[in-house]
Amino acid sequence: MSDVNSMLNDPEVLRELIMDHYQYPHHHKLTDAEGYQSVHMASDSCIDDITVQSLIKDGKIDDIRFDGVACTISTASTSMMTDLLKGKTIEEAKKIINNYFNMIDAKEYDPDVLEEAVALKNVYKQANRIKCATIGWKAINQMIDESEEKK
Amino acid sequence: MLDVEKIRKDFPMIQNHPELVYFDSAATSLKPQCVIDAVTDFYTTHTCNVHRGDYAIAAQNDRLYDGTRKIIAKFINCEPNEVVYTYNVTHAMNQIAYGLSKNYLKAGDTVLVSSAEHASNLLPWFRLQKEQGIKIEYIPTDKQANIHMDDFKKVLHAGVKVVAVAQVTNVLGSIQPIKEMAAAAHEAGALMVVDGAQSVPHMPVDVKDLDVDFLGFSGHKMCGPDGTGVLYGRYELLKKMAPIFEGGDMNARFQSSGEVILKEAPVKFEAGTPNIEGVIGMGVAAEYLMGIGMENIHAYEKELRAYFVEKMKHLDNIELYNPDNEYGSIDFNAKGVFAQDAAGYLSSQNIAVRSGNHCAKILHEIIGTDQTIRASLYFYNTKEEVDRFVEAAAKISLENAVGIFF
Repeated sequence: MSDVNSMLNDPEVLRELIMDHYQYPHHHKLTDAEGYQSVHMASDSCIDDITVQSLIKDGKIDDIRFDGVACTISTASTSMMTDLLKGKTIEEAKKIINNYFNMIDAKEYDPDVLEEAVALKNVYKQANRIKCATIGWKAINQMIDESEEKK
Repeated sequence: MLDVEKIRKDFPMIQNHPELVYFDSAATSLKPQCVIDAVTDFYTTHTCNVHRGDYAIAAQNDRLYDGTRKIIAKFINCEPNEVVYTYNVTHAMNQIAYGLSKNYLKAGDTVLVSSAEHASNLLPWFRLQKEQGIKIEYIPTDKQANIHMDDFKKVLHAGVKVVAVAQVTNVLGSIQPIKEMAAAAHEAGALMVVDGAQSVPHMPVDVKDLDVDFLGFSGHKMCGPDGTGVLYGRYELLKKMAPIFEGGDMNARFQSSGEVILKEAPVKFEAGTPNIEGVIGMGVAAEYLMGIGMENIHAYEKELRAYFVEKMKHLDNIELYNPDNEYGSIDFNAKGVFAQDAAGYLSSQNIAVRSGNHCAKILHEIIGTDQTIRASLYFYNTKEEVDRFVEAAAKISLENAVGIFF
């Protein structure tokens, strides 16, 4: 096991990761540029209110970004998602997304493809927070589906 | 004053969860054994419909179901035939708005509300704005959502036909001067509609003394079963008002031509088989509260809240939004921590609170924030629970809130 992987087993490190992504979220700015798909996730619960944008071209996620008001888990999970999926092909992205949802559902998953997002592995223990941990991921799923329908 | 230790023995939820601090009674209250028994007795010893059967148990249920109107009438000081059963306060407010839209409000008429109202006292009026051209205008409030009579009188004008406010607001616990507002509203030719969801369970409410035209409240927030509520209306107004639902029991006769003769109020508002066991349970709940005494409940909660606020004021990590209100929920945030994360931490300490915007989605116009934590008390809560709460609240931090996941 590499050093990075062993660090990702340390609860202290994982907690710091969530806090860091919450306080300094990555790709946390929306754009008006053309070609972007956009999904506003606000109707699922009355608390989180985020918008996720993506630029999907030729079967690849060229860019992904988000903004909005949300809790630590929503913000950190979406921020980590943008790190993981930016620049990936749809096929690679789907593998990561499936593994992520498996982790959140307490099913078998491959921690290596999820990298820092394994910090959210215990969210399944707080059933009311599963929505938070999946809000951004549902948004990108929706956009991938839409991009495939367009073909 | 009341004997809280004795009272706590009446509540199985408290006995079954000695570890739990339940500070979410503004959402729904816990239920005493007598109410639970009343509901289960219906299922085990006297199940049958009401107003339909010619047998002994049916007559017993009619007595219990319609008899509850007398209990509620005593509880809020009205006549039994002014008590309409609803499924909750939301149902009551919708019935009021719908009913008034049919025979009273015209396009261009104004309904006055406040920004601190719960969705149930805004959305039914918003619909009339959209569909019928009713104007919605807002009564100014101070930073803790209290309406002051001077401000109220300034926004009253000849076009105002309805004033609709909560007696106690659901997030900040502001107590509005309903009696004075009703007098001013009547003088201006408007009806006074009151959302009593957060007042009726906690303080003596006398509709005759307040001189209000309509009052809605929920049974489940006053120790009664879910799916119960009351619409009080002045009888002459109820007589003129159209029901939202039509169907069984509420009609006297109808013909193939489509002609329908409705029964008299209040039954004309209760179409279909009602929540019979719920209504009976709500009556038992009202009797239970009257047995303790609404004055006693009010005084006890006021003292408990003052104790709570005083302790919370001393926590550096806490921002309180309504410290000066004497009553109702305590609304706050832990500095730098998202409300839901803070509530998650409190939950890890076996403390139940609500976080978010509490269905009062324009309240941010008053307090400047969308997301808060609401801790709400009832007469079964104790100073020891407050102490436990404050101890946990002092430890709310980003580290601890995220820490619950590890």
